[in-house]
Amino acid sequence: MHIVYPAVVSALLFSIGVYGVLARRNTILVLMSVELMLNAVNLNLVAFDVWLGDRLHSGQVLTLFVIVIAAAEVGLGLAIVLALYRNRRTVDIDHLRDLAEPTDERLTPAQAAALPPTDGHTPTSPPTSTPSQTPAPPRTPVPAVKPASKPQLTTETEDAPATGGPPSSEDSSHRTTPEATGESEAPVKRGGGSR
Amino acid sequence: MTEAVPSYLSPTGQEIVFLLLGAVAVGSALLVVTTRQLVHAALWLVLCFGALAGGYLVLTAEFVAWVQVLIYVGAVVVLMLFGIMLTRAPIGRSADLDSNNRVVSAVVALATAALLVTVVIDGFRTAYAPLTPGPGAAKELGASVFATWVLPFEALSVLLLAALIGAIVLSRTDIPGGSPDPGTAHLANPDTSGGSPDETRSTGSPDRTVDGSPPDQTGGH
Repeated sequence: MHIVYPAVVSALLFSIGVYGVLARRNTILVLMSVELMLNAVNLNLVAFDVWLGDRLHSGQVLTLFVIVIAAAEVGLGLAIVLALYRNRRTVDIDHLRDLAEPTDERLTPAQAAALPPTDGHTPTSPPTSTPSQTPAPPRTPVPAVKPASKPQLTTETEDAPATGGPPSSEDSSHRTTPEATGESEAPVKRGGGSR
Repeated sequence: MTEAVPSYLSPTGQEIVFLLLGAVAVGSALLVVTTRQLVHAALWLVLCFGALAGGYLVLTAEFVAWVQVLIYVGAVVVLMLFGIMLTRAPIGRSADLDSNNRVVSAVVALATAALLVTVVIDGFRTAYAPLTPGPGAAKELGASVFATWVLPFEALSVLLLAALIGAIVLSRTDIPGGSPDPGTAHLANPDTSGGSPDETRSTGSPDRTVDGSPPDQTGGH
C-alpha cells in the first residue's frame, strides 16, 4: 500500500480536529476534537510502522500507549468538566474567562475599594503580635503569629503604611479585627493540620 | 521499500478499501465538528473511530484495531455520552455549539491541511509498503510489549491508576472535609515558608521559653 494514503487521511483528520478545537464552544466537543487529533497521530504511527517494518513494533506499541493515554486524558478531562459544571453551571468555553485580562473598568475600582481594609491589617498586626508575643504564655503566640505572617504574603504590603498609617482610631479598630479573624482562623488551620 | 513503486493509477483492492474507509472517517469527522446536535457528534465519533479501526485492519495492525474498538468505541465514546448527559446538554438541536470565530478556525484548519498534505505527498510519494499479514497480530505485539517495552508499559499503568484516582477525587463531592482541609493545609504551608523572617522570629521566641515548642509541634502534627 502506498504510504501516502494513510498519511493524507491522517493529515485531514488532524486538521479537522484543529478546526473542532478552535471553533467549538462546548467543552465536550473540544475533547472530541482532541480525540480526533490523537487518532490522526495513531493512524500515522501504524502506517509508518508498517512501512518501516520495525522488528520491535515501535509504532504499534506506541499507538497502544497513545490510546491508553487518551483514555486517561478523557477521564480526567470529563471529571474537570463535571467539576466545572457543578461550580459554574456552564461548560461554555467562551464564558469561562477568569484567567483573561479584565477588560471592563468596573472591576478595578471594585478591587481598589476592596483592597484598603486588607491593607489596614498589615501594618497594625505585626506591632500587636510582637508585644503580645514577648510576655505571653506559650499558648497565645501561635494564633497571634499566624495572622502576622499571613498578611505579609499579600502583595499590598508596600502601599499599606500610606493608607493605614494616618488615622489612629482606625488603627485601633483594625487592631481588634485581625486578631479576631486570626484567632478564628488559627484553630481551623490547626485542625486541618492535625487531621 | 522505495524501489519499484507501483503506479498510483492501478490501485489494489486493499488500497481501495482503505481509501473508502478513510473517506468515511474523514466525512464523519467533519460531521463531528460541524453537527448541530451534541449527541449526534458523539455518534458520528463512533463511526469515525470504527472506520479508523477498519483502516488499521487493512494495514495489518489487528491488535491495534481491536484495542481501538474496545477502548475508543467502547469506553471513550460512552464516557463522552456520560459527560453530555451529566452536564445536562440539550438533546435536540442547539444553536450555540459553535464559537464566533468559525471563519478564522476554518482558515487555520485549511491552512494546516494544505501544509500537511503538501508536505506528506511531496515527502512520501515513493514510499510503498507491501502488506503481509502477521506482524500486527496479538502474539508478536504482546511479545514486543512485554520484552522490549516493559518499563513504559508499567509506567503507563501507574499513570492510568493516577488518572483514575484523580478522576474519582475530582468528581466526588462527598469526601468528608476533603476539599477545604487540604486547601488550608496547602495554604498554611506556603504561609509559614513565605513569611520566613517572622516565622523564624516566632519560632525562636518559644524556643527561648521552652514551653512554647510543644504546642507548636502538636499544632503542626
